[in-house]
Parts: sequence; C-alpha cells; structure tokens
Amino acid sequence: MVATQETIDKVKEVSSTYKYGFVTDLEAEKAPLGLGEDIVKFISHKKKEPKWLLDWRLKAYKKWLSMEAPNWAMVDFPKINFQDIYYYSAPKTKPKLNSLDEVDPELLRTYEKLGIPIKEQEVLAGVAVDYVFDSVSVATTFREKLAKEGIIFCPISEAVQTHPDLVQKYIGSVIPISDNYYAALNSAVFTDGSFVYIPKGVKCPMELSTYFRINEQNSGQFERTLIIAEDDTYVSYLEGCTAPQRDENQLHAAVVELVAMNNAEIKYSTVQNWYPGDKDGNGGIYNFVTKRGNCIGKKSKISWTQVETGSAITWKYPSCVLKGDDSVGEFYSVAVANNAQQADTGTKMIHIGKNTKSTIISKGISAGKAQNTYRGQVQIQKNAKGSRNFTQCDSLLIGDKCGAHTVPYINQFTPHARVEHEATTSKISEDQLFYCLQRGLDTEQATSLIVNGFCKEVMKELPMEFAVEAQKLIGISLEGSVG
Amino acid sequence: MSLLEIKNVKLKLDDKDILKGLSLSVSKGEVHAIMGPNGSGKSTLSYMLAGRDGYELESGEVFLEGQSLSDMEADERARSGLFLAFQYPVELPGVGGMSFLREAVNSRRKFLGEEELDHLAFVKEARKVASKMFVKDEMLKRAVNVGFSGGEKKRFEILQMAMLKPKVSILDETDSGLDVDALKIVSDGVNAQRNDDNAIVVITHYQRLLDYIVPDFVHILSDGSIIKSGGPELALEVEKNGYAGLINAA
Ligand SMILES: Nc1ncnc2c1ncn2[C@@H]1O[C@H](COP(=O)(O)OP(=O)(O)O)[C@@H](O)[C@H]1O
Ligand SMILES: [Mg+2]
Repeated sequence: MVATQETIDKVKEVSSTYKYGFVTDLEAEKAPLGLGEDIVKFISHKKKEPKWLLDWRLKAYKKWLSMEAPNWAMVDFPKINFQDIYYYSAPKTKPKLNSLDEVDPELLRTYEKLGIPIKEQEVLAGVAVDYVFDSVSVATTFREKLAKEGIIFCPISEAVQTHPDLVQKYIGSVIPISDNYYAALNSAVFTDGSFVYIPKGVKCPMELSTYFRINEQNSGQFERTLIIAEDDTYVSYLEGCTAPQRDENQLHAAVVELVAMNNAEIKYSTVQNWYPGDKDGNGGIYNFVTKRGNCIGKKSKISWTQVETGSAITWKYPSCVLKGDDSVGEFYSVAVANNAQQADTGTKMIHIGKNTKSTIISKGISAGKAQNTYRGQVQIQKNAKGSRNFTQCDSLLIGDKCGAHTVPYINQFTPHARVEHEATTSKISEDQLFYCLQRGLDTEQATSLIVNGFCKEVMKELPMEFAVEAQKLIGISLEGSVG
Repeated sequence: MSLLEIKNVKLKLDDKDILKGLSLSVSKGEVHAIMGPNGSGKSTLSYMLAGRDGYELESGEVFLEGQSLSDMEADERARSGLFLAFQYPVELPGVGGMSFLREAVNSRRKFLGEEELDHLAFVKEARKVASKMFVKDEMLKRAVNVGFSGGEKKRFEILQMAMLKPKVSILDETDSGLDVDALKIVSDGVNAQRNDDNAIVVITHYQRLLDYIVPDFVHILSDGSIIKSGGPELALEVEKNGYAGLINAA
C-alpha cells in the first residue's frame, strides 16, 4: 500500500496550479511534421508492422481525407491544423524491456512526479501498469504473473508482433475506420496503446492499469486500446491520464474497443485530468475520444466509469452495443468543467438483443464560464424485447456564468421495452456552504465535500485507490470556483 | 474575562433594522437563555454571531475570548470554538455523516494544534458519543440530515456539538419539533457538556426547554434588543403572562 499512499500524498500537495505541468527533457525521435501517406508509412515502418496493418492504416487515411470534422457537439474551438502536429514521437533512448533498471532515469523521475512509482514493488497494490510514454510503451509490470493465467497484457504494438491473428481479428471490429472523423484519423496514425486478452474462464486476478501521458510538444497522441474478454471472464481496467502544461493546444484522439463474449464482464474506469488550459482558455488538451464496447455474448456486461476533470475540450461518448441476449451496459460518469473548459460527453446504449439492460448515471459539474453537456442516445431495436434503460442526468452549477445542458436522444422501435429518463439541475446552496463553514470546514473543503456527495453514485463504482484520487482531483479542479 | 461579549450590535437586513443595539456578556461555566417571540431576531442574532454572509454588523462589536470576531470568517470562528446548532439543519445529499463529522472534528483539532484522529480512533469516539445521544450507527452512515426526522436532526446537531467541544455553543430553537422523549434526550446531551470552561446560549421561544436545561440567566429579546434580564424565574413569568405582558411593561 506504499504506492497508494504516495499517490494520494502527491495529489494532496497540489496547489491551485496544474501540478503535472512539467516537461521531461528527453531527446525525442519524431516523424517529420504534418500528415500524409508517407507519415502513415513511416509510423508503420517504425513499428515493423505486417502489410495488412499498413494497408488498413492507409485505407483509414484515405477515408479520413474524405470526411469532415463533426460539428454537432456543443464545443467551440478554432479549426485544428492537422499539418502542424507530429504524429510520431518516441524517446530516443529507447529502453529495452528486460528490466526496469534500464529505463531512462529521467523518465522514472517523470513518473515519480506523476505520483506513479514505476518500480514494481511500489506499484499500486495489486495493480499492473502498462506505461505509455508518448507513443512507445517503456515498461510493463506484472506481465509474468498475468502470463501464468494466460492473460495477455502488453502494448498493442507488441501484440501486433506476438499475436497478430487476435489483433487482426478484432481491431476495428467494434469501431470501424469509417466510424467518425477522429476514429479514422486514429486508425491511420495510432502509435501505441494497450492490448488485453483474457482467455476463456479466467478472472483477471488484479486491476490492469495504464497511465497515459503526452510529453512531446505539439505531438498528438493517438492511442489505441483493445480488450477482448472470452467466455466466462472478468477484467477490470483502469486508465489514468495527465499531460504537461503548454500554451498551445494538443490533440488527443484515442480509440478504445472492448469485446465481451458470453458471460464476460469488462469494467473500464478512467480518471482523466489532462491539462485543462488556463483560466482564459489558453492551451489545454483537446480530448476527442471514441470508446465503444461490444457485448457480443449472452449475459455479457460492459461497464464504463469515467471521472473527467481535465482537458480544454472533451468530446467523448463511451458506448455499449448490446447484441447478446441479457447483456448489460453501464455508464457512470462525472464530468467537471471549470473556467473555460468545455465538455460534451455522454454515452450510447444500443439495445439489439432481448432483455438487454442499460443504466446511465451522469453527473455534470460546471463552474466558472464552463459549458457542460450531457449527450446520450438510447436505442432499442425491434428485436430487443424486454429491454430496459434507466438514465439519470444530474447537473450541478457553481456560480452563474456556467452552463449545463442535457441532450437525450431516445429511439425506441419496439413497444416491449422500458426507457426511463430523469434529469435534475441544482446549485450548491448558500445554506449548505454556511452549514459546512459553521462546522469549521473552509470553502474549498466544503465545496469539495458537497460536490463529492453529488457524485457519490458514480464514485462508488471506481476501484478504491482510484476513488480517493478522483475525489481529490475533483476538489482540485474546482479550486477557486466558490467564494 | 467573559467568553462571549456582544457590545451594542446593530444589524440591518434588506435595509430593515433587525438588531437594534443588543448587548450581552457570557462568562465561563454559564448557561444563558434568550427568549423572544417569533420574528424578534433570535435566528438573526445566531447567524450574526456565526459570521454568515450578509449578516455583517452595522455597528458594535463581538468578542470571543477577548478576540474581536469582526475580521473572522464563519469557518475561522467555528474552528476557534463557536458552535451553532441550527434551527433548521441543512441537508447534504451524498455526504456521509461520519465523514462530515470527521472533517469537522479534524479541522478543529488542527486549529488547536492537536493531532488529527485516524479513521479508527475517530469512529470509536463518534460511536461512543452517538450512543449517549441514542443516535444509531446506521444514522451516521446516512447522508447528513437527508431524510432525518425533526428529532434526528436535532440529536445530530447536539452530537456534533459533543464531538467538537466548542467554547461557546448557541442552540437556536433546539427544542422546536421535539416530543417530550426527544426533548429529554437532547437536553441530557446538552447538560452533559456543561462545564466550567465553556458556555451555552440557549435560544428558545418556549419556556418548556428550560425545565430541562436550567439556565443561570434569562434574557427577553424583543424587536431586536434585550428588554429584560433575570434569573430562571423570568422564564416562568413569560410562561405565565406571555411576552406581551413583559414587552408592554418594558
Ligand atoms: N434575509 C432577510 N431579509 C430581510 N429580513 C429578514 C431576513 N431574515 C429575517 N428577516 C426578518 O428579520 C426579523 C427577525 O427574524 P429572525 O431572526 O428569523 O426571528 P426569530 O428567529 O426570532 O423568529 C423578522 O422580521 C424577519 O422577517
Ligand atoms: Mg428563528
């Protein structure tokens, strides 16, 4: 538990400024600036990829060229110049993976600053972490223990080499390259990410975790994660993100695909605190992410839990396609937007199989001048008889310059299903604040307590160590918003 | 030296004079009762003392253990040992009673330079105090004041008082909405905390509470100022003749 405490302490000492705003001074190996077929080939070549993958990337690139950036989200930002981004960046002193001792000490210090001790014995109790540093995974822990169970947990670039059949079978199977603009872009230029395979009948004995970090200036990060859970399995995956403080905006366009077979359960948790930009909206991460899970098997279950406190713009709709009869999809979300942050996030629940069930609990918190939108789609297809959805969207406003919006889309093609939607909007009342102050809590403690109370239903879905960290982060990201 | 010294305070709300030159001196070991009809300014007085936003003084001054409160925010006053049991305790959805109590107690301990209690020690202490107040463990797990009955809310207020060990406690109509049994429990809870080092100001509309919490002094508040002070017998006079008789005589 040493590591957990360390992480918590780290978060505690954070002041009102973004604490992860340091830059690691590593010489990076970059692809030339900009995007073109040659860059796609460069990336594929760097990664020594098989031809099918290069072809797949090129197809995605061509598709992307023909697509338009979506403009339906309630977010506002200048047009992105895709020629002004580096699509590949790797630390030059590329360490071998034999031992953690060989990892660049500078890199280790970066992780220490992030509060994630890289040394195996210090890794969060029972958490195996696959570190992604810019585009190359530099260290993977607990691999051996997992391998004993037949579990594969490695960088996806490595899986392409060691398990090409699995990757080829499932990549793009949940989110096809033509799905949307940013997914197409990711398919063309993704550099790394995690790959998880849980063989039949195995319950993964520990939480799997990846910390993503964008370091190189002007480098977009395009991770790609693929998790496959065979029949009768369980896996819980944690994703945490931070990025250094920069004046420019950085693009982050990830794709995450989940596949759950019969009776398989995947729990995917995210705590996202990418740099949100300054008070006036300068800098910060553009977080345009496509996440989707296929509940292919009967009685399969996919559960998304997200705590989104960072990024200048969040555009993200982790979704579930409920194909298998009796399959279950869940979405638990806390989205905090302060100052000039804009969040447009929600989920899609597509009910295809019979007696499928989905639950959506969304808690949006807006402060400063921020705009926070919940956008959710519930679709009950014709054969999804006996299906049920329950949606609850609560918004909390802090101050009177921010906004909260709820945009539910419900498409029901059979009468034999039940869809319920509840929405509330509230403010932190002066009475509540005064009550807390009268008990000796300061304004920030009080706000944090009230906000965390508001988010409780979602927070309790997070694994313990993450919940503590997430609570602190919410407090930190709202600092200065009251009083 | 008095623990709480209120010196000729005047306060307006919405341009209306509410407190009109009120003075009161409370010393260690004393229990004072402030009685007054509805609308006489009792809650306003308690909010003003606690430092609620919007209840700033027009003139006059208040001292806690000799220290002026004028530049102290509500939370600093609380940490310094001023406690207000609310007439209407506020609901905090999703905020567990135990964690709320713990944050409050640790804030006070930190201020006093005492070590913060770890989780186990705290829970043990809270349970001990709670059982004396007939507060069930289950209630501490629920969200603060959410779905509590009137009696439960008041018991929880006094439980917080017992945990925080304030110097000066102001109890604003702690008896309202309580049946006789609950009144007895709450009063026992308050009486158990009387000692030579602290002071309690009981604000009430009815004499009834003062049968249980017997005050050393009774003050009659009317239209924003204290019109009469005396011993416990003054409360009986109110009971007999009503406020009107006293106010007219003043
Ligand atoms: N926020 C406010 N703005 C204006 N007048 C107020 C406000 N709050 C209370 N008052 C008035 O101040 C007077 C005293 O109220 P209060 O202190 O609540 O009395 P009590 O607690 O003795 O019943 C009443 O006339 C009430 O209407
Ligand atoms: Mg009152």
